Amino acid sequence: MREVAVIGVGMTKFGEIWDKSFRDLVAEAGMKAIMDAGIEGKDIDAMYIGGMSSGGFVEQEHVAPLAIEVAGLEEFHIPATRVEGACASGGIAVRHGYMAVASGIHDIVIVGGAEKMTDVVGTEATNVLASAADREWEAFFGMTFPGLYALMARYHMHKYGTTPEQLASVAVKNHYNGSMNPNAQYKRRITVDDVLSSPMVADPLHLLDCSPITDGAAAIVLAPLDIAKEYTDKIVKFRASAQASDTISLFNRSRFDALPVTIHAGERAFKQAGLTPKDIDLVEVHDCFTIAEIMAIEDLGFFKKGEGGKATEEGLTAIDGELPVNTSGGLKSKGHPVGATGVAQVIEVTLQLRGEAGERQVKDARIGMTHNVGGSGGTAVVNILEGI
Amino acid sequence: MVSIVGYGAYVPRYRIKVEEIAKIWGDKAESISSGLGIFEKSVPFMDEDTATIAVEAARRAIKSSDIDASEVGAIYVGSESHPYAVKPTSTIVAEAIGATPYLTAADYEFACKAGTAGLQNCIGLVKANMIKYGMAIGADVAQAAPGDALEYTAAAGGAAYIVGNEGIADINYTISFATDTPDFWRREGQPYPKHGERFTGEPAYYKHITNAAKMLMEKMGTKPEDYDYAVFHQPNGKFPVRVARMLGFKKEQYEQGLLCPIIGNTYSGSMLVGLAATLDIAKPGDRIIAVSFGSGAGSDAFDITVTDRIESYPRQNVREMISHKKYVDYGTYMKFKGELK
Repeated sequence: MREVAVIGVGMTKFGEIWDKSFRDLVAEAGMKAIMDAGIEGKDIDAMYIGGMSSGGFVEQEHVAPLAIEVAGLEEFHIPATRVEGACASGGIAVRHGYMAVASGIHDIVIVGGAEKMTDVVGTEATNVLASAADREWEAFFGMTFPGLYALMARYHMHKYGTTPEQLASVAVKNHYNGSMNPNAQYKRRITVDDVLSSPMVADPLHLLDCSPITDGAAAIVLAPLDIAKEYTDKIVKFRASAQASDTISLFNRSRFDALPVTIHAGERAFKQAGLTPKDIDLVEVHDCFTIAEIMAIEDLGFFKKGEGGKATEEGLTAIDGELPVNTSGGLKSKGHPVGATGVAQVIEVTLQLRGEAGERQVKDARIGMTHNVGGSGGTAVVNILEGI
Repeated sequence: MVSIVGYGAYVPRYRIKVEEIAKIWGDKAESISSGLGIFEKSVPFMDEDTATIAVEAARRAIKSSDIDASEVGAIYVGSESHPYAVKPTSTIVAEAIGATPYLTAADYEFACKAGTAGLQNCIGLVKANMIKYGMAIGADVAQAAPGDALEYTAAAGGAAYIVGNEGIADINYTISFATDTPDFWRREGQPYPKHGERFTGEPAYYKHITNAAKMLMEKMGTKPEDYDYAVFHQPNGKFPVRVARMLGFKKEQYEQGLLCPIIGNTYSGSMLVGLAATLDIAKPGDRIIAVSFGSGAGSDAFDITVTDRIESYPRQNVREMISHKKYVDYGTYMKFKGELK
């Protein structure tokens, strides 16, 4: 198994991008990544694209050849695959790209993720997103995504005393970080009060506890480590890429105060890398809702179960804290174009490890982690990257 | 110099409060009011419609301007709620005010900017010396599906403008910005419109108003500070305030013409009724920028300078008119709108 490096990254702005279509976003992110890598189209051996529901949002399936077409790569007839795992689509695509290169089957692989969510009205978007849950036994009975995570938040608050203010502090921190991210959807700094006085979406989750509807695309170029130096001096390589699955439904889950997918993917990733939580300098976690970040930093082993809220409230996960979490602004502030998120997380960590994160830069960042979840915890992908 | 020679406005007397509508649908009234910047909206009585509103506004404009109605050479009524899909509202008005039979008449549709489109047509005809006076009316009894967010703002009202030469307010310039942007629409035969929710904001309302206003000011060589008043289309109480700020206008400039918080969105009447409220207090020499917006989408912008003749003009006094009101409950509101048969 070869070692794999990230040699190029590129993403669009995340936000309500009215004048760009799905294919515009895909083309933009792909082009930027290719240019950042300094490669040409003909160098690409395979492509993976993650997307949750281009079918639901823009009535377009079969997006792999669409991406090939907008990139002008059709003459090379490379294998191109669309990967789906709800909100973990991007992360799964990354892992497939990693496996393709690590196995020796492909050399240079481009991995992208994209979602165009604003061409449908709010109720339709909510319905499409609900397809990440169990349609027959959750969605049909009135469950929405905020509802599922609200149940977990309620339980976490009951079992561990997590407070609404602690939930809110996740959003406040992430908005603060996002205010320094030129690609973020929301660059406005907010307060705990702003969060708690925003309209209730699904008790106890307020509007500002929830990640938004976003358009965006992100892409990375992977190459075997041994040729990476031909493309870049700032080499970022994979120490691990792990994935886990669980029930799609929340009601059949073995526990409600944690996501077992995160625990398992995290443990596997640390094992693959030969590392422990103490070795991680920064982590991008899947904060689709504020409670999700609190559970994630517990489930990945950074804080004891039940103490994620307190840790956040005390500033331990701020950019200058002992474990910076979501320096990009997270899904909350940066935005959550579903299929793009998992790839964008890898981009943030790569930029940090290259020392190119501008105002958000974590000092001496050497090892970073990404955590991407699908649905209420049906899928999780955890990557660990190192800057060398 | 082509000029506004007279104006009149009419808003039905009945009102329904945001609280009353929110109660039915289980919404939080305070959230609606603070989010949309609206407290109550006008409700037409059972026998009021776009035609009756247009006629009333026209009659007031004729009376105040004291012109001979038979000299009105063109009448255009712009609305999204013409009583007929085929059979003009404008000839009903023409007959009612005594402008028939030698005139040109037609109805306009361009969502909420249908009235100002007619106004631009009158300006052209007067400038071309084809008519002595032209009348443009924007009036609506706006429809919104029960339970839709638009229900809080869809209101009724209208204003009529008589265009001629040497009037109370000179129209220095008009310019428009239009694109094919389907942010809000109603298919033939459908009772209620549909809309693209957040798509109605940045790519529609804000884009067209700011582009029209900026091009107007560029052509006129003006800056926001050069205007005494600014009137914008008012789909709610928030959008016009935000667009004013985006363009660099201040509260003192737009507050007189901002009526949506207390009468709702009168659609084709919206900007024109706001302009009427502004002319109500304008002094000779005051300069006004007025920009409409119609979904679909487009904006008509006007640069107006008030003349000395306004001092002897009997003003409509829109704000005084709308202070006379009667509240109805949701059931009565439904009955008036013809939903309960």
